[in-house]
Amino acid sequence: MNREIYGKLVFELSRPGRRGYRLPDNHIDPCAAPQGGEKAPEIPASLLRQTPPDLPECDELTVVRHYNNMSTNNFGVDTGFYPLGSCTMKYNPKINEEMAGHKLFASVHPSTPETSVQGCLEMYHTLQAALSEIGGMAEFTLNPFAGAHGELTGLMVIRAYHDSRGDSGRCKVIVPDSAHGTNPASAAVAGLEVVEVKSRPDGTVDVDDLRPLLDNTVAAVMMTNPNTLGIFEKNIPEIARMVHEAGALMYYDGANLNPMLGMARPGDMGFDVMHINLHKTFSTPHGGGGPGSGPVGVRAGLEPFLPNPRVIKTDGADGKPVYKLSVAPDALGSVSATLGNFAVQARALSYILSLGREGLMEVGPLATLNANYVKESLRDDYLLPIEGVCKHEFVFDGLRDKSEHVTTLHVAKRLLDHGYHAPTIYFPLLFHESLMIEPTETESKETLDGFIAVMHDIAREARETPDLVKSAPHNTPVTHPDDTAAALHPVVTFDQL
Amino acid sequence: MIRFSESHEYVRVEGEYGFIGVSDYAQKQLGNVVYVDMPEPGDELEQGEDFGAIESVKAASDLIAPVSGEVVEINEALADNPRLVNQDAMANWIVKVKLSDPGELDNLMDEAAYEAFCNKG
Repeated sequence: MNREIYGKLVFELSRPGRRGYRLPDNHIDPCAAPQGGEKAPEIPASLLRQTPPDLPECDELTVVRHYNNMSTNNFGVDTGFYPLGSCTMKYNPKINEEMAGHKLFASVHPSTPETSVQGCLEMYHTLQAALSEIGGMAEFTLNPFAGAHGELTGLMVIRAYHDSRGDSGRCKVIVPDSAHGTNPASAAVAGLEVVEVKSRPDGTVDVDDLRPLLDNTVAAVMMTNPNTLGIFEKNIPEIARMVHEAGALMYYDGANLNPMLGMARPGDMGFDVMHINLHKTFSTPHGGGGPGSGPVGVRAGLEPFLPNPRVIKTDGADGKPVYKLSVAPDALGSVSATLGNFAVQARALSYILSLGREGLMEVGPLATLNANYVKESLRDDYLLPIEGVCKHEFVFDGLRDKSEHVTTLHVAKRLLDHGYHAPTIYFPLLFHESLMIEPTETESKETLDGFIAVMHDIAREARETPDLVKSAPHNTPVTHPDDTAAALHPVVTFDQL
Repeated sequence: MIRFSESHEYVRVEGEYGFIGVSDYAQKQLGNVVYVDMPEPGDELEQGEDFGAIESVKAASDLIAPVSGEVVEINEALADNPRLVNQDAMANWIVKVKLSDPGELDNLMDEAAYEAFCNKG
């Protein structure tokens, strides 16, 4: 790509009067009122345009080259390996897109009467039933828009439950110090006080530290299992027993559900409320690739507190099921317009149905095998703080040989030169040089071997030519942004440049 | 006299006042600081409780008070230029407090003990 020309913003490529097509003059003044007559009196003059809009003026070929070249600057799972720990950046199968894009789904308006969208409601109900079976829960709402939104919804369900029993003094949420930052953030937004419980060196919760924190002011304990170090919390039945004895509820953060998919169920471990990130475990697009979805599941007895509306299956007159939207009085109210990110739900159900029960049960073991393969292949060059078999992800504490002061940040930047997305860095905060790798089950052994070879190369470079690593990246469109200045003085619009 | 806490804050004692900041070790671990969330003058600090937060390009951390006391002054320069913490963490204190219990200083480490503490961890 010629960055001199096509790397610019489309506004910089603009030249006055340049056009893709030359159309006959339509005699319409862009500043005039819509009908061309008197300006609409109900629109205040301050809101009416005084000058024509500032649109880029380019010829068609320039526009085509600009956007085509721009698209090659992007990096996604479709371009290359993306081992971003804690994010489960698995491949998003194209069949999902085809199903979600089907015209019978895509053309439905959210306000269509329920009698006319029975198929859509059936899809919603089928997916919530599948997630309930996978999670060991009684019912799921698919309405929350993302993982953290699911956490907030789940905590609101927990508050509504305690309040319904007149047990309204429960104002605290206990969160392990190894948790995702969203946990304390969601608790704070839900109006609850966050209490941190220390974890042991492997990130698992210390039962002896937890016990004295449990009393009648605790609403819930939020846990991620496996935890952020990829270690399965073996004490979970004991922890659940203690929490329930104190009258509090167990909340399961589904961020790390992938390795347990079809193999173990949060409901069976004693969790009362959970959320699932469809954009992680169920292969829907993630982050900038598309909206997320954070369904929330509850154990039997908590269904009345789920947000409105719920989709209920009833028996019709002719014996065929009829799906209805239910609005319950005890519920939270609504957490989203209509039924959440419907097209994302369609993708997740496509994934579940295309893998089937047997296929879903292969996901966790393969994700675990891939993570352990990468971990064991790299531990001679990278410091492994936690021994033993990990689940879907693991954390290195930087390079083993730190004598040349090559940090995790340098290693991550150097990976970009080799066409890999960097792993998660400096999280969890349990180590100084955290490098968190999650390969997922969808990568082939050849891809993993390529990544392992490059990681070994970088470790060798760190010893022999450390400046090469410290000055990376060398081959990316943007090399060394000033991230401090970006955080202090963000430039978010073209006009600010 | 200067004393350090296990959460890497220092307090430099001058008479009845203490200047509280984060240690040089802490600023190195944090990386470039982009924001310091400070209390208001008049706020009461309690030893072991958080009184603000410090945010870097890598992480956000609570600031834990090494001693109790009333905030008499905050370092306004950090609001505009939080990078001062990286340039000289010991000179660029965050809050000045009037110590309410000088006996609390006995719970903290002196420079030699703190250096050993950092090297251990």
